[in-house]
Amino acid sequence: MRLIVAGALALAGLATPLHAAQARLTIFAAASLSDPFRELARLFERRHPGSSVRLNFAGSQQLAAQLDQGARADLFASADARWIDFLRARGRVAGEPRVFASNRLVVIVPRRNPAGIETLADLARPGVKLVLAADAVPLGRYSREALARLAAMPGAGADYARRALRNVVSHEEQAKAVVAKVQLGEADAGIVYRSDLTPAVRTAVRALEIPERYNVPASYVAVRLVEAGDAAGVEGFLRLLTGAEGREILARHGFLPPAGRAHDREAR
Amino acid sequence: MLGAVLATILVLPVAALVLRVPPARLAARLAEPEILDALRLSLVTSVSAAALAVVLGLPVAYLLATRSFPGKRLVEAAIDLPMVLPPTVAGLALLLAFGRTGLAGRALEGLGITLPFTTVAVVLAQVFMAAPFFIGAARAGFAAVDRRLLDAAATLRASEIRIFFHVMLPLARPALLAGLAMALARALGEFGATITFAGNLPGVTQTMPLAVYLALQTDLEAAVTLAVLLLVISFGLLLTLRAAPAGRLRTRDADAPR
Repeated sequence: MRLIVAGALALAGLATPLHAAQARLTIFAAASLSDPFRELARLFERRHPGSSVRLNFAGSQQLAAQLDQGARADLFASADARWIDFLRARGRVAGEPRVFASNRLVVIVPRRNPAGIETLADLARPGVKLVLAADAVPLGRYSREALARLAAMPGAGADYARRALRNVVSHEEQAKAVVAKVQLGEADAGIVYRSDLTPAVRTAVRALEIPERYNVPASYVAVRLVEAGDAAGVEGFLRLLTGAEGREILARHGFLPPAGRAHDREAR
Repeated sequence: MLGAVLATILVLPVAALVLRVPPARLAARLAEPEILDALRLSLVTSVSAAALAVVLGLPVAYLLATRSFPGKRLVEAAIDLPMVLPPTVAGLALLLAFGRTGLAGRALEGLGITLPFTTVAVVLAQVFMAAPFFIGAARAGFAAVDRRLLDAAATLRASEIRIFFHVMLPLARPALLAGLAMALARALGEFGATITFAGNLPGVTQTMPLAVYLALQTDLEAAVTLAVLLLVISFGLLLTLRAAPAGRLRTRDADAPR
């Protein structure tokens, strides 16, 4: 009996968050933001002694689902405004959404380039093993849209998008999984974010740029959530994120400044 | 009291899943081609994987139960390793071994065989994760067979192969079936190694657990429905396999007077 009580108490202890004296920020962020957000969190903690930032990275769609199911966070940074809208419709969004960065898509092939892919048109060649993010993942949606746009490029050939989609051998659950499949040389090509091309990844893959005209810009949107305990702290982090230092850190990790006003409106 | 705690931990989550889905919706889902694809793929791959685990695992389990040799402990620990390996790590290990640029994969590639992103890769991942469960149970079953019965058979000049098929196998049958059930269940629920090694393509490598996981990210109701479907099927399979040994135990008692 005593054992059960002890066990139950231990479980209860694990299940309740520790109430520390200092301000604690919980941020849910798109997996593609991992590197810059770790840096931003450290910077924020240095600026606000005694504060601490907890980060949770996953696909934006997965984070949105977790939040919808009752996970608690102060701030949500999504790779797709769609998931901000999803949470807003469920009454979970408190502040104004802010577009703080954008990203572009890029095609990557293994250094060894087993399928001999030299141009974007080659993606639709029969037998190429193409890996995309799944439809539900923001990157997956953008990738499919990019393939549709690329059908208009000179030399794409008839039915480009359909032929390319037929080459897809796997729908990965997040951007980094697409990178891994190409990095390991298992896929002949994949579509990822420009910001995924970290120095380590660059040693293993070659990038094929998608011209701006056919590219699909991804907009990153951050928003304060209703259950945020420390609204001032969240606003402080948002200021850091959208300020000059935030821009600089994001740029260093391959992110671009937010696209024009049109995207700001789109994010709302 | 302890039982109630355990029941709450084990049964409540499953009950919560099942209670959430009206039976009519299950039936409606079953009619969808994508679900049928995932279901068919799950059944075909996990049954193949369990069968392979039995065929490849039986001799190993028999040797481990009846022989002692140098390095036996090492072999046993190595066989158990997949059970403690996080499944995604197992998937990565499989890629490094059987992937296009992997240790054995390069040779396979020369023969024109590419495993990743194929249904065969799904089965391979499931065998890797499930075989240790069968081997462990089978080994214990063989070891528990009364030595005196084996000795008696030997004095009657039965060959080892004959003893294996006519004494060992029937007596260890309940343990073997339990092991088979464990392996089948593990293969049916396998997720991490599969998505890492085989990828995720509907109809080719997207088994039920992968379909559930992806649905979970967009459509919770669909995910729960799929999960319940998977549960019902797994439960049915496990129940069927459990039903068999009970009948055999009587025979065993009759055959083996004490």
